[in-house]
Amino acid sequence: MNSKLPKYKLTYKPYGAHSILIEWPNEIDENILNNALCFKRVIEKKEIKQKVYIKLSYSSLLITYNTAIRNIYDKISQLKTLYNIANDFSRSPIKLWHIPVCYDTSFGIDLERISTQNEISKQEIIRQHTASIYTVYFIGFLPGFLYLGGLNNRLHIPRLSTPRLAVEKGAVAIGGNQTGVYPNVSPGGWNIIGNTPISFFVPNTNPPCFAKSGDKIRFHSISKLEYDTIKALVKADTYQLESEVTFD
Amino acid sequence: MIKVLKSGFYDTIQDLGRLDFQEFGVPISGAMDHYSAKIANALVGNTSSEAVLEMTLLGPKLEFQHDNLISITGADLSPSINGIAINRNKAIFVKLGDILCFGKPKLGTRGYLAVSGGFKTELSMNSRSMCKNITNAFKIKTNAILPTLPFRIKNTPNPKASLKTHPKHFSNSTLKVFKGPEFELLSPKQQDSLLHYNFCISQKNSRMAYQLVETLENQLKPIITSLVLPGTVQLTPSGKLIILMRDCQTTGGYPRVLQLSETAINMLSQKFTNDYIHFKITN
Repeated sequence: MNSKLPKYKLTYKPYGAHSILIEWPNEIDENILNNALCFKRVIEKKEIKQKVYIKLSYSSLLITYNTAIRNIYDKISQLKTLYNIANDFSRSPIKLWHIPVCYDTSFGIDLERISTQNEISKQEIIRQHTASIYTVYFIGFLPGFLYLGGLNNRLHIPRLSTPRLAVEKGAVAIGGNQTGVYPNVSPGGWNIIGNTPISFFVPNTNPPCFAKSGDKIRFHSISKLEYDTIKALVKADTYQLESEVTFD
Repeated sequence: MIKVLKSGFYDTIQDLGRLDFQEFGVPISGAMDHYSAKIANALVGNTSSEAVLEMTLLGPKLEFQHDNLISITGADLSPSINGIAINRNKAIFVKLGDILCFGKPKLGTRGYLAVSGGFKTELSMNSRSMCKNITNAFKIKTNAILPTLPFRIKNTPNPKASLKTHPKHFSNSTLKVFKGPEFELLSPKQQDSLLHYNFCISQKNSRMAYQLVETLENQLKPIITSLVLPGTVQLTPSGKLIILMRDCQTTGGYPRVLQLSETAINMLSQKFTNDYIHFKITN
């Protein structure tokens, strides 16, 4: 089906000597994400004269050329033409990933506090967290850190006022209205509710992250025993992550 | 091969970075001062993308385990071989067992050592630039062995050739910048301060970012997480300015008020705590 894309009013700004920033209305919105993904695919396919690097965030694309931009107006008008030919065909199939998470309190060190603060039982936190299907908006902050949309309102909770110096690899956490997984040990200020044995970033594999912008994530609760088993399989590189192709 | 008898203050192996994996959140990395790193490579006949050793203020003590052709560029960190002072910015033959040492930092912050054929340390995601979570080592440690290629005399460039970092690269405090995506959101007064203050570099400066001491009066709110590049100048809610450098994250949530030119990033890399800079808009 070749459905026409809704067209947004975009702004194009030069960003340094090599890059152009394209901005959508400044919102977190899945329609904007899909629109930006289509535009990204068209640029990747059609920009053949020159190597480009394209990054995506909630409501913008940053296009970096491998040489300095000589005529910014020409480049912007080329991009505008490409936006006009972008259509639903430009979309790639997306995947829904099933991510095992152990919500045992030995991992979920902030569950107790969230339960008190948000007046919600620990079982209910886990039930809500595993009920939603999250959208992967983009990857940033750390290699393999997915920005996920779709966290249930009842689980929103502010970040810690003082970040922890070392959050564990695989920590599943909530910061404000977002949830995410720490792909590696890192400083971090989000509230930790569990841990996944899955690796979210493996350098030198292609691609280094299993998920990409536009994909979906669903968490499911596992016991500590299952956690240890999966962890061993992941380490031996024999764990098969479950996923299904969807075309929402 | 080169043996690290003693590591310096902060030594890493760097090439021109990994551009291909930004969409997975991978920092670009690469030599902080591309300009000096490229000169170092050119002097020993390498292509500009070969890996060099980047040192910061206090250099390492190294032992050559075979004959080689080397060059040292960037900051003047008082290099010597077997105790005898040597010149920067020229190709130098070294012999098996020679010991390269550095002394007092005299000019600039980051020095570069190139070897003929380049350093052949771990290649990860198309680059040898050391970076946390990407390469196994993200800093050179004492006793490390740095692989290099056997030296072949036919690779030797003209030994009389000289290439030199321009003195202004170190002395000039004017950084050429572009307006950032949120520049126009600043009040005229803020824009004026940003372009007329002399800013002092705070002690929070690293390969990830340089924070400045002086603050701007600021009512701008954080933006929703967006995209940044090395050289992006961010303005925090408390009015602090943070200049992102080569190891920066790929996304950020503070207004992006300026963008440094490549030359400005290279020049800033040669500055350190308490040095002053000011911004000048270029087109």
